[in-house]
Amino acid sequence: MERIKMRMQSPQDRINNFNEVELGYNDKEALEEANRCLQCLNPRCVKGCPVNIEIPKFIKEIKEGNIEKAYEIIKNSSSLPAVCGRVCPQEKQCEGMCVKGIKGEAIAIGALERYVADCALKNNYSSVLNIEKNSKKVAIVGSGPAGLTCAGELAKNGYSVTIYEVLHEAGGVLTYGIPEFRLPKEIVKKEIESLKKLDVEIKTDIPVGNAITIDDLRKEYDYVFLGQGAGLPKFMGIPGEEGNEVFSANEILTRINLMKAYKSDSKTPIKKSKKAYVIGGGNVAMDAVRSLKRLGIEAHLMYRRGEDELPARKVEIEHAKEEGIIFDLLTNPKKILLDENNNVIGMEVIDMELSDIVDGRRSVNEKLGSEHRVDCDMVVMALGTSPNHEALKNSNIKLDEKGLIVVDELKTSLDNVYAGGDSVTGSATVILAMEAGKKAAKRIMEEL
Amino acid sequence: MYKVIYNKRINKNSYEILIEAPMVVEKFIPGQFAIVMAKSDSEKIPLSIYDCDKEKGLLYLIYQVVGASTLELTYITDYIYSVTGPLGMPSEICLNANDYKSKKIVYVGGGVGIAPVYPQVKYLKEHGIDVDVIYGCRNKDLMIIKDKIENVCSNVMYATDDGSFGEKGFVTNILERNIDKYDICIAIGPVIMMKNVCELTKKYNVKTIVSMNPIMVDGSGMCGACRCLIDGKPKFACIHGPEFDGHKVDFESALKRMNTYKEEEKIKFDQMEVLLNGKN
Repeated sequence: MERIKMRMQSPQDRINNFNEVELGYNDKEALEEANRCLQCLNPRCVKGCPVNIEIPKFIKEIKEGNIEKAYEIIKNSSSLPAVCGRVCPQEKQCEGMCVKGIKGEAIAIGALERYVADCALKNNYSSVLNIEKNSKKVAIVGSGPAGLTCAGELAKNGYSVTIYEVLHEAGGVLTYGIPEFRLPKEIVKKEIESLKKLDVEIKTDIPVGNAITIDDLRKEYDYVFLGQGAGLPKFMGIPGEEGNEVFSANEILTRINLMKAYKSDSKTPIKKSKKAYVIGGGNVAMDAVRSLKRLGIEAHLMYRRGEDELPARKVEIEHAKEEGIIFDLLTNPKKILLDENNNVIGMEVIDMELSDIVDGRRSVNEKLGSEHRVDCDMVVMALGTSPNHEALKNSNIKLDEKGLIVVDELKTSLDNVYAGGDSVTGSATVILAMEAGKKAAKRIMEEL
Repeated sequence: MYKVIYNKRINKNSYEILIEAPMVVEKFIPGQFAIVMAKSDSEKIPLSIYDCDKEKGLLYLIYQVVGASTLELTYITDYIYSVTGPLGMPSEICLNANDYKSKKIVYVGGGVGIAPVYPQVKYLKEHGIDVDVIYGCRNKDLMIIKDKIENVCSNVMYATDDGSFGEKGFVTNILERNIDKYDICIAIGPVIMMKNVCELTKKYNVKTIVSMNPIMVDGSGMCGACRCLIDGKPKFACIHGPEFDGHKVDFESALKRMNTYKEEEKIKFDQMEVLLNGKN
């Protein structure tokens, strides 16, 4: 039996709206897909999951129609199932390990997780157990996936948790970064609400480092977890980047997702361009270019390597292609061209070529003499981020030469201060940040 | 939500708003700023912190109505949705006041730029440093917080474009006449004023600090909208600034970047007027 595909909005429809692309399983589809699972005695999928969800167990409950029980099993390991079911790179994790995938198609674990989580949110299943409170207080910096997961784990185990968030809304990258069409903000809000039911307090509008320092937090709380993320968007350092319509992907996504600039009555503007190039090939680049397409802009993705090297998830690349995103691969900008008012009028770009594989990686070089010009009126840089030390101001926490927080088993150089997620690893994925949040919670609990 | 004590008009197009925001004022050091959102669906706007009452947790902000979002802010009465701060680096001079005791310092404030000048002058006075202030405005009616500035500074020099108060002309005229007296100049105001001040002080080799106020979104270093070219390299005004060495700032690109959303802002302003007046 073949893997059950999730129903989707057609490409023609979805490029005109910001609603979710994938529509999820209905009961029948979920049951059919669950029935494909072999219920391996030694499940490889669980090992492939960074937070080790007991996958065969929850799928078994779906088969038997106990969705609430399935939710409990997932919730035992993951604080944000409706999020993970949508944005995890399952093909590289649980599904990548699935035995079924060796000869045929892996079980759609992500889609099933999403189905269970959505049922839970719709029917208000509560996984709240009787929590026995202890006397320990924990402060968490940042309300993104790392912070939320750490908070959830600790709160379930009786700790009093307070999260500090600089923005006016919680969720970090789930709120400002990942677009509505991949992760509806209503889902994020509900996941956060379910954490609040565990008595997690979230203080928004607070710039840690300025309004309150790490040292202040250490005095007030028994433990501190730093999950503030990676931070500063990178630029290329080429001429013309000061141009008016040169943006970071973070800015485009923040305007659209956090500030709702895609709505015509939004009070926050977004530049109405005709033709935009997004530079980069990761998930953030895909999110940005697909968002621009939905605003009616001719949206190009420019990446210096080839299609096989695109770091974005395969499914996002497929969706982008279906939506008519134009891929300009093996091409790199040399210079952004501006008019006398610094408005973007084009780019000088150069063709690139890949070398043979050396040490497992192809290097990429400019093709001499291949410079040419492309016209455009917007350029968006999606090149990753470098560490943002705002939250660490006035603390003498140890950093490495790249500016990342140095940790030993998630413990920083400061007593009782832990860190995990992008501020430790550099830009990575939601699930890896969640894994770090979960591990940090475990480390904190071991301290008792 | 934060309680608004008052939100009053102080001249033709400027307002002073007083907000209960203890977390913002507790650690505020002059030079830093705040970001506010009038309502939950409003734009984020960076504003100068003009004064604060640390004991009572009160935050004083002054803003000028320049577009849709500042217009919306004038309608806020009881509660404001979001206030975040303090943001940015403190003024280097205030932070290291002791190192500047023997220096002769002049502040140049233009228009509402006098608002962020005030807490610095006050702070330095409290730390035993008397500075001079040059305050420029288009005309007398646009002058704000004159009495407060005079309370903390014994030598305020005024310039107005039309001569309706103080000297007729620009702040740069007064500055140039007195330039030999000063070791350091801090200029805060319209970009064009800061640019002109810097061109002058560069000629006389007087160290100059400016406070940049570019377009911002989150104000926490995440989006890069506020980047300015400093010595040819992009720096984020929200976290690396807002104060920079004025002789290293590329004012040309800063002036042009301010026009990025000119067309969009016009549309938003019309939408906002309709929204606020209840017309359709």
